[in-house]
Amino acid sequence: MTTLTIADLQVGVATKDGHKEILRGVDLTVNSGETHAIMGPNGSGKSTLASALAGHPKFEVTGGSVTLDGEDVLAMTVDERARAGMFLAMQYPVEVPGVSVANFLRTAKTAVAGSAPPLRTWGREVKDAMERLRIDDAFSQRSVNEGFSGGEKKRHEILQLELLKPRIAILDETDSGLDVDALRVVSEGVNRAQAATDVGVILITHYTRILQYIKPDFVHVIIEGKMVDEGGPELADRLEAEGYDRYFA
Amino acid sequence: MMAVYTERPQGSRAERLTSFSLDDIAVPTGREEEWRFTPVTRLAPLFEPAHHPDAVTMDVSLAPEVEAEVVPTTDPRLGKAGKPGDRTAVAAWNATQQAVVVTIPEGVAASEVTTLDVRALTSDPEVVQILVHAKPHSQAVVVLDHHGVGTVNETVEMVVEDHADLTVVAVQDWDDGAIHASSHRSVLGEGARLKHVVVTFGGDVVRVTPDASFLAEDGNVEMVGLYFADAGQHLEHRLFVDHSQPNCVSRVTYKGALQGAGAHAVWVGDVLIQAAATGTDTYELNRNLVLTKGARADSVPNLEIETGEIEGAGHASATGRFDDEQLYYLMSRGITEPEARRLVVHGFFAELLSDIDIPEVKERLLASIEEELEHSMTAMTSGGK
Repeated sequence: MTTLTIADLQVGVATKDGHKEILRGVDLTVNSGETHAIMGPNGSGKSTLASALAGHPKFEVTGGSVTLDGEDVLAMTVDERARAGMFLAMQYPVEVPGVSVANFLRTAKTAVAGSAPPLRTWGREVKDAMERLRIDDAFSQRSVNEGFSGGEKKRHEILQLELLKPRIAILDETDSGLDVDALRVVSEGVNRAQAATDVGVILITHYTRILQYIKPDFVHVIIEGKMVDEGGPELADRLEAEGYDRYFA
Repeated sequence: MMAVYTERPQGSRAERLTSFSLDDIAVPTGREEEWRFTPVTRLAPLFEPAHHPDAVTMDVSLAPEVEAEVVPTTDPRLGKAGKPGDRTAVAAWNATQQAVVVTIPEGVAASEVTTLDVRALTSDPEVVQILVHAKPHSQAVVVLDHHGVGTVNETVEMVVEDHADLTVVAVQDWDDGAIHASSHRSVLGEGARLKHVVVTFGGDVVRVTPDASFLAEDGNVEMVGLYFADAGQHLEHRLFVDHSQPNCVSRVTYKGALQGAGAHAVWVGDVLIQAAATGTDTYELNRNLVLTKGARADSVPNLEIETGEIEGAGHASATGRFDDEQLYYLMSRGITEPEARRLVVHGFFAELLSDIDIPEVKERLLASIEEELEHSMTAMTSGGK
């Protein structure tokens, strides 16, 4: 059982006009096996939360705490967070020219597992995971994210989620830019990962569409850098019908 | 941008003086177009003909089908691959008393790599002259390797006769303190193919100037270069492809990484398509990856076109800083910073390395890249980022 605890998290960015506060005290507790949907309009701080948890250098944490089973996540470097069991499926995965998917996956697995995966079983594991995500074989020899379509990038992120087996996964608008078929394939991947490893999931999304495929245990609403509402799946349905207007009274 | 010239512009490669005579080419001041990026004072020991026969040794390891001999400079086979085009080249030509001639006999395909291993024993100025002569319908790979702390001025001539297929790989793996200039001059016969690979890692100041020209139609020259400049190193590559014959192809791909204060790389790629060279197909590319602050890359492609009837002509040049987003992405998967940097740099060179399909050379290159990266990791961990 793993618990990620976010308490009064305050995060901003440096701009030419000085520090700009984006998260104004966010609280969230995620346990193994739980799925928390974070919903909010554009600019509410959803993606900032994802990036700050992963440790993107652009964001400055000015207050609060994040702990993973009591360990201080904010004191860890980006790679230490991943090795501690955190994973971020990025909204805009980065191209790394000349580094093949196969090499990248093996290197990442070696890093998070602490030793190289056994050659015999690893090849099969990757192949099977790719097949389930409807990713073509030839993909493993392509450069990481280079020339990938939007859907390929997202499937590649979920492929990593399945192979790296994190304890807590943050999915940053994984549904954006996906057609219905791709959305279903990607969602199945997330559900499989959760069934296999009991990963705790923070699902950041703008739309309720993905929640038809990935059932959230909790839905949180973030507005202007603060959590303003919380409920079960029925809250998502209400947001779908009414939008966020009532939070801007 | 492409322009068809009716009159040759100032500084045109077509107008550049070439000569075997020392009196014709003056000692540069550093203000000349072809010297403006070069620290000429550091290269000054190579501007005058100098000869210290004990300063350099050469070990030759021949493929069984390939012949090598030492000849006096009066040998009529020398001087057939074009004339010296700058002061170091003409100084080298005039200082030389003997040359090593490597011959691949007609119709023969060499079964092994031929290696000429040049090692500097002292830092006294010395000259080296090599001719690689690929006779018609021959095929071979020749590697020139350079080591030590030398002050070495070199001429490498390549004569690739009709339908011969020659690969020449020049590795500048000098120790710190070395000063080196090398003029590579090649001519290609009908249907001849030259793959020319330059790899520069070591040495304080290294300036390699590969020239290629065509004697007949259907020649194909591929020039590939890889360099890695560290703090204080000046690594310069200045190429000239002279398309004077119809239907020839040239491809130039040079990539370099730089790290450390005062690391300086210069790449200049001149391509001239003369009026007679209809059907020419040429493309040149240079990319630089700047890993740390304080390093500088100059990259200048020049394309001069005197006929509109060509297949294609283009160039690309880009210098980029190390991408922190790539680093972040890889690290977010648990990969440590040094390992992530290693992946990105290997990725940058990957395409080039796959072009160099000679296993012995490729392994050397990978090892050298590793060694360079070790330097940068050390620099990083000691706070010298």
